[in-house]
Amino acid sequence: MKMRVHSAVRRVVNWGMTGLCLTAVLMALMPLGSILWLVVSKGARSLSISFLTELPAAVGESGGGVGNAIVGTLYLVVLAGLLGLPLGVGAGVYLAERGAGRLGSAVRFTAEVLGSVPSIVVGVVAYGLVVATMHRFSALAGGLALGILMVPTLARATEEMVRLVPHTLREASLALGVPAWRTTLSIVLRTAWGGILNVALLGIARAAGETAPLLFTSLNNQYWNFRPDQPTASLTVQIFNYAISPYEDWQRKAWGSALVLLLLVGLLSLLAHFTRRRSAI
Amino acid sequence: MTAKLQVSSLNAWFSTTQALKNINVEVAANRVLAIIGPSGCGKSTFVRCLNRMHELLPGARSEGRVLLDGEDVYSKALDPSTLRRRVGMVFQRANVFPTLSIRDNVLSGLKLNRVKKNYQEVLERTLRQTALWDEVKDRLSSDATQLSGGQQQRLCIARALAVEPEVLLMDEPASALDPIATAKIEELIDELKSRYTIVIVTHNMQQAIRISDFTAFFCMGELIEQGATKQLFTKPEKQQTEDYVTGKFG
Ligand SMILES: Nc1ncnc2c1ncn2[C@@H]1O[C@H](COP(=O)(O)OP(=O)(O)OP(=O)(O)O)[C@@H](O)[C@H]1O
Ligand SMILES: [Mg+2]
Repeated sequence: MKMRVHSAVRRVVNWGMTGLCLTAVLMALMPLGSILWLVVSKGARSLSISFLTELPAAVGESGGGVGNAIVGTLYLVVLAGLLGLPLGVGAGVYLAERGAGRLGSAVRFTAEVLGSVPSIVVGVVAYGLVVATMHRFSALAGGLALGILMVPTLARATEEMVRLVPHTLREASLALGVPAWRTTLSIVLRTAWGGILNVALLGIARAAGETAPLLFTSLNNQYWNFRPDQPTASLTVQIFNYAISPYEDWQRKAWGSALVLLLLVGLLSLLAHFTRRRSAI
Repeated sequence: MTAKLQVSSLNAWFSTTQALKNINVEVAANRVLAIIGPSGCGKSTFVRCLNRMHELLPGARSEGRVLLDGEDVYSKALDPSTLRRRVGMVFQRANVFPTLSIRDNVLSGLKLNRVKKNYQEVLERTLRQTALWDEVKDRLSSDATQLSGGQQQRLCIARALAVEPEVLLMDEPASALDPIATAKIEELIDELKSRYTIVIVTHNMQQAIRISDFTAFFCMGELIEQGATKQLFTKPEKQQTEDYVTGKFG
């Protein structure tokens, strides 16, 4: 009798808790869902081939697109990856393999501080380093800002991933007479690579969404640009400019650009999801 | 005849606990030395001191002399990687590279050390030697982790053989194998004797008798007795050895 009451109570509590958890999940998903819905519903109207491929039109002219901003964002992100990936991954590997000493703690502390610096401040630094010395806004400056932003998370994540590689694998490689540095590169890093790439792609996706550090580094450009020493359009800055404009057409285009950016970032995250693959020597 | 391996006054520690106490052993070239003894007596630690794997563990250190062909393996002039290419090792627990295929696992020692060989020939020969060829020949490109525990252990043996070391250290290579695979490995050891010097740790007395020329009995970090295998198992000098090999203790 007592047993039955007990199990009934337990069942009710079980349902109750499951219900609570479900509510929490729904509440967490609601903002995400509404953002998605808003961007898709408002942005879908602007989407067209010409919107994706053409240069922006002048005020008052109809048509035009954000092709140069899409290319610009990809260009900036590639530059950021070229600068940020080696630095972040290198620092992470160092921290995991040799980070026990004083230099290790110093690097870790620096990464932590850098991670909490607001992105706009990083933009100022890139401004000081590149824009002020070259006397012009440039893709390079924007890429540098985004690259610096990627480093701290990348370093920490890489450290974690490398630490996850079992010591027995290192031993297996060393016992074959493989030198320590090559063991790190060819076995440890390769084993951790799926996870690192995953984090790197997510970091790149996040960098693609940054606006503040780009405002005074890569600035904007009405035309196509593939030169690192020239100002470059980017989706985020384009959204910013369009959104604060008084013209209805531009505001529509801001929603359209936002949707494009969302798709781009979504695509990168999806790619990150499928990066765990086997490798070969 | 000079010894291939000559160990004198070897002591080893993990932080403050001493795992090996004043070990003196010699292994002649092209002979098999079996290491026996109860669990935790320092067998693994001993073989790991021979190719300088012991010192890689945090807090671990060793003292004493290990000579390979008369050359001190702990001398600063000798690069540990060079030593480990000459003194190969099969670990107690199988440790295949999970991100590499079966083929690349076998060839990893050659490829990572940038040694050019007829890879296909090495692959087939070592996998046949470890009785694995027929089981894996149709899936050489699949993940090594898809193999069973015993297959992984044989893959590790094939991997060690592929670099053709002069000395082979085997830490209980047959502990995860069925009788047929074990017999194959024992056959292999017999065959390898003509080219390699082998130190093998085993918990299986019958195996030690079958495959080894010499046996060393360890207990609590000390080398209690060593000698010709037949001698040690039939007429041991120490009571402790007799108790262990007859199964009265350990
Ligand atoms: N990483 C380690 N850190 C600290 N102590 C260790 C470590 N590895 C082994 N030891 C200790 O050193 C002693 C010898 O261990 P070892 O692994 O050499 O034993 P073994 O003879 O190989 O045992 P088994 O037959 O169980 O494999 C044991 O007392 C063990 O507890
Ligand atoms: Mg052991």
